[in-house]
Amino acid sequence: MARVVLVTGVSRYLGGLLARRIALEPGVDHVVGVDVIPPPHDIGGVEFVRADIRNPMIGRVIDSAGVDTVVHMNVIATPTFVGGRTPQKEINVIGTMQLLAACQKSSTVRRLVVKSSAAVYGSTPRDPAMFTEDMGARRTPSGGFGKDSIEVEGYVRGFARRRPDTEILMLRLANVIGPRIRTSITDYFSMPVIPVPLGYDARMQFLHEDDAIDALVLGGAGSTTGVVNVAGDGVVTVLQAAALAGRPVLPLPLNTAGFVGGMTKRLGLADFSPDQMSFLAFGRGLDTTRMRDELGFTPRFTTREAFEAFAATLGPAVPGGSVLSDAVSGVAGTASQAVLRALGAGSGR
Amino acid sequence: MAARRGTLAAGAARAGGERARRRTTPLIGADPVQEAPAAEAPVRRPAAKATTTKATTTKATTKKAATRKAATRKTAATATPATVSTPRPTPATAPASKPTPPAPAPPATPARRKHRPAPRVTSAPSARATTQAGERTGRARLSPREKARRDAESRRPHLRLAEPPPPPVEEAAPPLDPTISDAPGRSGLPVPDLTDLVEALVVALRVAAEAAGVAPEDVERRVAQVLAYLRRRLDGDYTVDDFGYDEHFTEHVFYPMLRPLYRHWFRVEVRGIENIPAEGGALVVSNHSGTVALDSLMVQLAIHDEHPAHRTMRALGADLVFQTPFVGTMARRSGSTLATNDDAERLFARGELVGVFPEGFKGTGKPFSERYKLQRFGRGGFVSAALAAGVPIVPCSVVGAEEIAPILGNMGTLARLLGLPYAPITPTFPWLGPLGLVPLPSKWIIEFGTPIETEGHEDGAADDPMLVFDLTDQVRETIQQTLYTLLMQRRSVFF
Repeated sequence: MARVVLVTGVSRYLGGLLARRIALEPGVDHVVGVDVIPPPHDIGGVEFVRADIRNPMIGRVIDSAGVDTVVHMNVIATPTFVGGRTPQKEINVIGTMQLLAACQKSSTVRRLVVKSSAAVYGSTPRDPAMFTEDMGARRTPSGGFGKDSIEVEGYVRGFARRRPDTEILMLRLANVIGPRIRTSITDYFSMPVIPVPLGYDARMQFLHEDDAIDALVLGGAGSTTGVVNVAGDGVVTVLQAAALAGRPVLPLPLNTAGFVGGMTKRLGLADFSPDQMSFLAFGRGLDTTRMRDELGFTPRFTTREAFEAFAATLGPAVPGGSVLSDAVSGVAGTASQAVLRALGAGSGR
Repeated sequence: MAARRGTLAAGAARAGGERARRRTTPLIGADPVQEAPAAEAPVRRPAAKATTTKATTTKATTKKAATRKAATRKTAATATPATVSTPRPTPATAPASKPTPPAPAPPATPARRKHRPAPRVTSAPSARATTQAGERTGRARLSPREKARRDAESRRPHLRLAEPPPPPVEEAAPPLDPTISDAPGRSGLPVPDLTDLVEALVVALRVAAEAAGVAPEDVERRVAQVLAYLRRRLDGDYTVDDFGYDEHFTEHVFYPMLRPLYRHWFRVEVRGIENIPAEGGALVVSNHSGTVALDSLMVQLAIHDEHPAHRTMRALGADLVFQTPFVGTMARRSGSTLATNDDAERLFARGELVGVFPEGFKGTGKPFSERYKLQRFGRGGFVSAALAAGVPIVPCSVVGAEEIAPILGNMGTLARLLGLPYAPITPTFPWLGPLGLVPLPSKWIIEFGTPIETEGHEDGAADDPMLVFDLTDQVRETIQQTLYTLLMQRRSVFF
């Protein structure tokens, strides 16, 4: 059976890598990558088509290439990269609507894989420790990426009702992190001093970028349907992550979060929406039983290893800080030696 | 004038790299319009003329053709045959589906070929383009010369075409940037190396201890322990389980903090600790009292310290606990989690010892006149969770906690204002201010009763409300009776 795969969002880092990996899969004849801008990186054997998924033209791409599997990667978590919140929402929501409309019209599409996010579960103090796929958000995210994700999933469910013959797989990925990818979370932990909510220490789960790609490839090639959480094993708390990244923290009351968020955005350090603020205060955990049993996927990196892989690429918090720290250590060492010698002399006497 | 035009053209050529690339990959469906921008382009900036869509035509011998443009065209020219030769299904599929598409009226085949071009890399991605795509390179900004060199590199067609798609293994471990690898790892902070500081500090302490007449070895050992703890915290070298339980913190800070209270203030006496199974899941159900919920902490410490297996009780707490800053964090770190069936079942599945206080705030906030009278036991959710998991229920009775802060009155308005379940008036609070928060030193007895087995019931017993209510009542009665017995045996409140 000839398999033609369409990957949206191919000019973004994860989408590009995924398209390239899918092209190497046995049984896949042809991969069409779609995005509004040409990919900045080499996408190998993937045919790039410059098209906007917010435009009905996407239907013609699907038709003319005879696409049978659509992998929707164009749900963007970070507003910085697309020019703000408004375009982000437009790409996420309108883009998904148009893409699904095209898929519904198409007679060739058999399988749809959507990269969703764990943000659909929100973050509140009343959350269970681990969310299974059947649970909903205790408090629906009121804005930002979380709300987008919920709307995207809503449209996908609507599509599933109208096209029951299509296999649909939604992967709810935990925060993707790794040595190369850039997201709000990597921006946040790259700051020289990390502002943390005072009095909270949220649990976070991460997914290594390689694992994310593997899971999506497996999802695109396999026949699993439904909703599946994908996350690395274990959790890391915010303070622990800051310690692993070797960054000092600055505890701030949670009600100043809006102001601090605005400041960091203004300074270009990190862009955080309110739902991500509550994530940093209350955290979230995903139950990955279904990922192992149904998707048959085991991540290679635990949450902690994924974060350490990211932290290893971080430079020093303060340029020249190492010189200073060496100097202070040297002084301390010398002083202690001197005192020891004096003591030794004292006890010898 | 001519000179200025030259620089302008060069600037446009430099700045237009992105635009030029976009123009070579036209938006699908916008085909015939292509000619219009091509026609207007030479009018405005001649430098951009080279990037008309007809790359194969040899109109390129304009005298303005800078080396860059020439190279671009050459790439395109050499790349085109290669693209055709590679087995791409596009030409096959395109004519197949040709009759169906309604929109483009002009001759479809050449137009379609043109609409779906392969991306031709004519320049190395700029740092900005890469980061905008969500990739973190960690490289410093390139110098213009370096950028030009890399552009030339990426334009070399024979290299690009011969290059096979890199294997996924290479993707798995992307080579780290050399500029990063030699950077100092995580100790980039201007904090001196801990070992040196420790040494200096220990020396100072030895001197101080000798002066004070304490054995310096003892002091040194304690200090070393504290510093070892701090070091692990600073390095993030500890693990937190799925519920947020931080064993390292609990063992080294939380329990040692509570022990003086446990041993010397309340002088807790523990009975029936053997009723707690050495391993596997179990549910400890206890009465709840004392205004400030110290009894849950004491029960937790009693089980940890007195039980031969040193088990950790995972208490289930109310919403309010986890909403409150510091308190919620501390509760999670010490092993508590939210009182929901999901969490309870998850804990039982891991074979953990779970503790519940089903009276909740009704128990801790009841007036002193109702001491040792058990309140309603919630909705029996804890029993159905235990039934579903088939774990034994261990009733636990705590005597003494009622007297640590007797509630004489309640400031209802203030409580509502602060969103608290109650705002107590005790003999010491709020009269003595913060001092009023010190609990009275009552003598405590904690007794664990005989476990009530839940295993014998048939499937679906957890959904049988009658059985659940019966078991709830049985547990409640057991605790109530034990409380009365213990009160009879108690000599006095404080001794």
